[in-house]
Amino acid sequence: MPANYFPVLIFALFVLAFPVAALLVFKFIRPESSDDPAGPQESVPDEEGKVHPPPSSRFYFVAVVSVIFSVATVFLLLWAIRYRAWVADHSGGVALVALSFFLAILLVGYIWLYKKGALEWTR
Amino acid sequence: MSHADQPVLLFLHAWWSQLACALVIVALVPLLVAYVALVERKGMARLQSRMGPIDHDLKGLLESLASSVKLLLKEDIVPRDSDALLFWFTPIIPMAAALISLSGLYFGPAFRVAEDINIGILFVIGIGSLSFLGLLLGVGASNGHTSSDAIGSSAQIVSYGIVAALAIVSGVLLSGTLKIRAIVDAQLEHSVWFIFLAPVAFFIYCVASIPGAYRSPFHRHESECERKAWSMAGTGGLRLFLCLIGEYTNIIVVASVATTLFLGGWLRPFPNVHWLDGLDFAPAFLLVLATTYCIYKRKRAVALVCFIAVLIFLLPWILPSLSFAVPGLNGAFWFLGKVSAYIYMFIWLRIHLPRYRFDQHMHLSWQVLIPLAIVNLFFVGVAIFLEAELGWNRWLVTSVTTLFTLAVLGFLIRWHDQRIAAGTPALPSDSYVR
Repeated sequence: MPANYFPVLIFALFVLAFPVAALLVFKFIRPESSDDPAGPQESVPDEEGKVHPPPSSRFYFVAVVSVIFSVATVFLLLWAIRYRAWVADHSGGVALVALSFFLAILLVGYIWLYKKGALEWTR
Repeated sequence: MSHADQPVLLFLHAWWSQLACALVIVALVPLLVAYVALVERKGMARLQSRMGPIDHDLKGLLESLASSVKLLLKEDIVPRDSDALLFWFTPIIPMAAALISLSGLYFGPAFRVAEDINIGILFVIGIGSLSFLGLLLGVGASNGHTSSDAIGSSAQIVSYGIVAALAIVSGVLLSGTLKIRAIVDAQLEHSVWFIFLAPVAFFIYCVASIPGAYRSPFHRHESECERKAWSMAGTGGLRLFLCLIGEYTNIIVVASVATTLFLGGWLRPFPNVHWLDGLDFAPAFLLVLATTYCIYKRKRAVALVCFIAVLIFLLPWILPSLSFAVPGLNGAFWFLGKVSAYIYMFIWLRIHLPRYRFDQHMHLSWQVLIPLAIVNLFFVGVAIFLEAELGWNRWLVTSVTTLFTLAVLGFLIRWHDQRIAAGTPALPSDSYVR
C-alpha cells in the first residue's frame, strides 16, 4: 500500500518545485527592488502591534473545543467505515446503540459547553 | 543504450501515466484557476449589468493571463519587520496544500495521479485543510492587521472544518469506504447518487465548504467591505499570485470532494438505466451544440475551445484503436461538468448574499450546523439500518429520516433566534470582535 503513495510524493515534488522555480526565475526578470525595505502595509503604526489588543479569549475556547470535536469526528469516521459491514452481519442495531451511547456523551459535553457560554460570541 | 539508463527507463515504464497526469495537473491547474477567476468576474459583471473584463484581446479572454503576468512582474516587497523564513513560506503553503490534495482525487475513471490511496477522501480533505496554515503564518508579516485576521480566519476555518468533516462522515457511512473509486462504485452499485440518500449532509457540506474555500458570504478572510484581505496585506506580486492560486484551487478541491461523495463522481445521470445508454453520446453532442451556439453568437474564442474539445471527443470514433479512451473521456466530462456547476453555485452565492458578521457565522457553525450534522449522521445510520437490515423501502425511510433531521434544524434555528432575541443585542460590526 505505501507504493500507492509514491506518485503523490512525485506530485508533491512537482508542486513544490513550481513556486520555488517561479520565485527564482522571476527574480531575474522583474525590475530591481528598491534599496529601502518596505515598512508595514496599510497604514499600520510601527509600534510592534501596540494598537492591536491581544486576541480575545474566545479564540482559545474555539481552539480547545474544536480539538475535542475533531477527535470525536475521527472516532465517528472509523465507526462509519465499518457500519455497512456490521449491517451486513445483522449487528447494525448494536452498532447504532453504540453510536447513540457515544453521541450521548458528546451531547452532555456540548450542553455543558453551551451552559458555560463557550459557544457564544457576543457576551 | 547504456546500462545506467535501465532503472530510469523501468521507472518511466512503471509510472508514466501517473507522471503524465501529475505534469498536466501542475501545468494546467494554475491556468485553469486563472480562468475560474475570469468566469467569476464575467459572471459577476453579467449579474450586475456590467461588461466585465473586455480590455484585452479575444473579448477579455487574455485578461487572466495579463493580470497573472502583471502580478509576476511586480516588485518583490518584503516588509521591514517581517520574519524572513515565515514570510517566504506563507504563500507556498496554501498553494502546495491545495494542489497536493488534488493528487488524491480521480478526475474521471482514468485520469488520476495516485491509484486507490487507502484513505482516499480523508487524504484529500486532510491535506486540503492544511492551507489555512498559510493564513496563520501571515503572522510572519509582523503586521497587527495580518495577525488579527489570521487568528480570526483560522478560528472560522477550524469551526467549519469540523462541520464539513461530519458531513463527509455521513457520506462515508453510505459508501462504507474511504477510497475514491470505491465511493463512486458504491453509488453505481446502489444505483443512486448519495445526495438523494443524504440530502441534508450535502446541504451541510455545501455550507461548510464555502468558508473552507474562503468564499463569500462566510469569509472573514477577505472581507471586502471593511478589511480587504488583511491576512495578505504584506504580500504582493508573485507571493500574492501563489496565494490566489491556492485559494482558487481550494474551490476546485471542495467541489471535487462534493462531486465524488454526493454527486456521483464521473457517473452519468441514471448510470444503471440501460434504455438511457444514449446519454453516453451526450458529452459529444452537448459540445457540438455549444460550438454551434458560440459560432452563432460570434464568440469565436470560446467556439474554438469548444471545437477542440469536440475533436478530442470525436477522435475515438474516427480512429477505432483509440476507443478504449471513450469511458475515460465521458467520465471526465461528467465529473468536470458537475464540478463546474458547483463552482458556479459559489460564484452565484457570492453575488447574491450579503456577507455574514463574524459572530453570526461562528454561531451558525457551533450552535446550528455542528448539532445538525451529528443528528443527521445518526439518522443516516438509522436509515441504512432500517433499509438494509429490516428491508424497509429505501425512499420511505430516506424521506422520513430527512424530515426528522429538518425538524431538528427548525428547532435549532428557533432556539438560536430566541436566545439572540432574549440576550444582549449583537455587536454593530465584527471588527469589534477580535
